[in-house]
Amino acid sequence: MIFFWAFVVGGLICVIGQIMFDVFKLSPAHTLSILVIAGAVLDGVGLYEPLIDFAGAGATVPITSFGNSLVHGAMQEAEKHGLIGVVTGMFEVTSAGISAAIIFGVIGAIIFRPKG
Amino acid sequence: MGDKKKQKLQPNQQRYQAFQQKREIKRPIFKNCIKAFLIGGLICLIGQLISTFYIYQFNFTEKTAGNPTVATLIFITMLLTGFGIYDRIAQFAGAGSAVPVTGFGNAVISSAIEYRSEGFILGVGSNMLKLAGPVIVYGVFSAFIVAIIKTILTQWGGF
Repeated sequence: MIFFWAFVVGGLICVIGQIMFDVFKLSPAHTLSILVIAGAVLDGVGLYEPLIDFAGAGATVPITSFGNSLVHGAMQEAEKHGLIGVVTGMFEVTSAGISAAIIFGVIGAIIFRPKG
Repeated sequence: MGDKKKQKLQPNQQRYQAFQQKREIKRPIFKNCIKAFLIGGLICLIGQLISTFYIYQFNFTEKTAGNPTVATLIFITMLLTGFGIYDRIAQFAGAGSAVPVTGFGNAVISSAIEYRSEGFILGVGSNMLKLAGPVIVYGVFSAFIVAIIKTILTQWGGF
């Protein structure tokens, strides 16, 4: 069942992105930034975790999960060290997405040649 | 374009705006949304398959399986981007391939490959995050604001 909901929820988040592209005529960078901020705010009010429990990868694969895990890392450290933890804990959880993108970006640049 | 902005324009600029609006090709919004839904859903479904695999093979929990899944998806994206397949998917799917982390990965990897001719430090290193930069910057900044508010409310406000 989780496969079905991953498909539906992930698809719906992409539809929201498509509506921002087509109806509000935003650039991809604007759309993605807004979605990341939305993810952070949703986690702030405690709605993103239930969504992950409900839809699994449908909620962790879209870019909104970046905002969610940034807030999560910050909050984990904040519980231990107070306000200063907000700054130091920021990348604790998200690092996977960003570091994977950077590592595979460099590897890709070594292996592949630009086309056209 | 807002009404206020319109009033500042010259009369023939206004006429041009009206003309341009009439001629602009209507985007097939509904069709695009269906495509985005199908491809976006499919990418998340693949993500769910990968994380189920990690949960059963490597003892990750539902919560921790997110990270290796994202890394694996970005690895697949590297191959698809390098062979030029991701561009074709993106042309068909629009936001369906841009919104999942694979779109973020594609933005980083394609600019890394593109700027390689300018050298690895000044080309790849400094241009790689050109498209993905705003996402990281505003993600971090908004997370900072949200976490500060939440910390103040929970630790000092006694909620």
